Amino acid sequence: MSQPVVKIEELHKIYESGDVPVHAVRGVSLEIHKGEFIALMGSSGSGKSTLMNMLGCLDRPTRGTYFLDGIDVSKLDRNELADIRNQKLGFVFQGFNLLSRTTALENVELPRLYTHDRVSNKQMREKAMRCLEIVGLAQRFDHMPNQLSGGQQQRVAIARALMNDPQVLLADEPTGNLDTKTSVEVMGVFQKLNDEGITIVMVTHELDIAHYCKRNLILRDGVIVRDEPVVDRLIAENEIKKLKQAEAAAKLIHATH
Amino acid sequence: MNLMRIITTIRMAFRALRRNKMRSVLTALGIIIGVGAVIAMVSIGNGAKALVEAQVASLGENIITVFPGNFTQAGGVRSGGGGGGSFTSLTPEDATTIRQQVLNVPGVSEYVTTRGQLLANGLNWNAQVYGVGPDYPYIRSWRIEEGNFFDEVDVQNLGKVAVIGKTIVDNLYPDVDPIGQSLRIGNVPFRIIGVMSVKGFNLNGQDQDDAVFIPYSSHMRRLSRRTSLTQVLVQAANADAISQVQADITTALMERRGGGEPDFTVQNQQEIAAARTAATETMTYLLGAIAAVSLVVGGIGIMNIMLVSVTERTREIGIRMALGAHGKDVLTQFLIEAITLSSLGGILGVAIGIGGAELMGSWKGWAVEPSKTAMVVAVLFSASVGVFFGFYPARKAARLDPIEALRYE
Repeated sequence: MSQPVVKIEELHKIYESGDVPVHAVRGVSLEIHKGEFIALMGSSGSGKSTLMNMLGCLDRPTRGTYFLDGIDVSKLDRNELADIRNQKLGFVFQGFNLLSRTTALENVELPRLYTHDRVSNKQMREKAMRCLEIVGLAQRFDHMPNQLSGGQQQRVAIARALMNDPQVLLADEPTGNLDTKTSVEVMGVFQKLNDEGITIVMVTHELDIAHYCKRNLILRDGVIVRDEPVVDRLIAENEIKKLKQAEAAAKLIHATH
Repeated sequence: MNLMRIITTIRMAFRALRRNKMRSVLTALGIIIGVGAVIAMVSIGNGAKALVEAQVASLGENIITVFPGNFTQAGGVRSGGGGGGSFTSLTPEDATTIRQQVLNVPGVSEYVTTRGQLLANGLNWNAQVYGVGPDYPYIRSWRIEEGNFFDEVDVQNLGKVAVIGKTIVDNLYPDVDPIGQSLRIGNVPFRIIGVMSVKGFNLNGQDQDDAVFIPYSSHMRRLSRRTSLTQVLVQAANADAISQVQADITTALMERRGGGEPDFTVQNQQEIAAARTAATETMTYLLGAIAAVSLVVGGIGIMNIMLVSVTERTREIGIRMALGAHGKDVLTQFLIEAITLSSLGGILGVAIGIGGAELMGSWKGWAVEPSKTAMVVAVLFSASVGVFFGFYPARKAARLDPIEALRYE
């Protein structure tokens, strides 16, 4: 088997800020290979957010090692971590986190602006347009976030995460702010990206959303208590069809009455 | 950080300012008003100063003036020409002494003046009547428009000849050629032999063309019956000779008096001009103080808004950092926003200041002269105000923790 994209060993995170030290992550070891689609689940306080922050190189582990794409990132400083985030990771947040009063295209371009090796504005624009095409929003490139629906905003955020061709796409509750139908649509985008070979790690507390992934991890009290492949995997395309049929049926019933 | 990254950061800063146009303008308003007021006042002050300088220069080149009475010991401020009537210490013999003993003086002219009632062609006019020497037009670089100026013979003969200015021509000889015409000054009939070219107004706002020039000897014996001169005008050969000539005049006149306290004052144009512009300079310092205060107030305004902006955009900063921005990138962006605000404020202020000064100038008839130095200094100073007051908020933004910032509501 090829070298894992993510390899963490005995990862610990202890917060010393309060009176009592909080041991949020207590020795997590994990390997993620290229093309995986992982759902990280757990109740609040299980340490999944802390683990996600460390995976996302936003936070450093207290103990343990973290190899991302073969680089030991557990010892890097603030600026080096920023460069790793920029070049190796793509982020999708629960609250979309797009820059307001900034067009979709400019939002997608944002990560490229902080990359060291520069490309021309034209190339950057073309790349951003391709990313918007992937998520099916190319025609909305000049819209401001407040002119887009929640699902569309999240798709712009996904396009932004794709801008620098990341090794891993990290999504923190990406469907948390969306209704069922839009959630399924967004999961469809993730599945499509995964089919094209992009590695995705997503935090969710919704079991049905986790069923769109390929592998489920359950975290409790800072340790992984279950790690299993998804057996009855849902395919977003089929689910959308079912939803549409149900909708049509409801309309039909409504019409006959 | 490479150049492209800086350019990108500048573009992002401009974009952020454009997103909040109204706020950006209001933030810069303090600087705009401060710089505008200063530039306007400096322009007007400069105009006044330039006018004084032009008038001093119109006296002629390298002119040294000898006044009766000792003014330098009494504070050094004179009340200007035309006065000095109560001092009788300066005589035509003093002028002759200077002419004979001082080197490097191509021109010396006696100078005595009174107002006189003029009568010609049945028309009345009141004007300043000057008794001067034949060198006078040469010293003052004053061209004779028509006819001639009187010469040494006229001075010795107490000649009843006069040269008049354009204003006199306009008022007394509207329809005829004045040359050869007669002119009564008081009760004495004079013959007009020349007309001076137009000179305009002098330092005291007097119309220099409203003047009659006659030989000083005729003036003293026939008209004013004075024994002393109002001034002696001396022209130095060149600018470098001025101080030596001044010293030589003092020595020569003191020698003639045989010691004691000098009862005369020797001043050159620069000294006269300096006294005139002293008030303007005090104004300039005052303006500088106002400028400093207004720019500090404007800077505090910018700092205030930048602090609000950092808090308001905490989440944006978090996003940028999560996507790979270094603390330095965020610092640069906020610093550039502050500098842009303050420099644009400075530039707008300069434009408004010049516009305002021109408007005041055309309304009140003041001379306005915008100073390029003041403009450059104002813009540079505004920019540095941006750096100074923008640094603290920018550093605050740069030190944010991306996790905390992303969680900020």
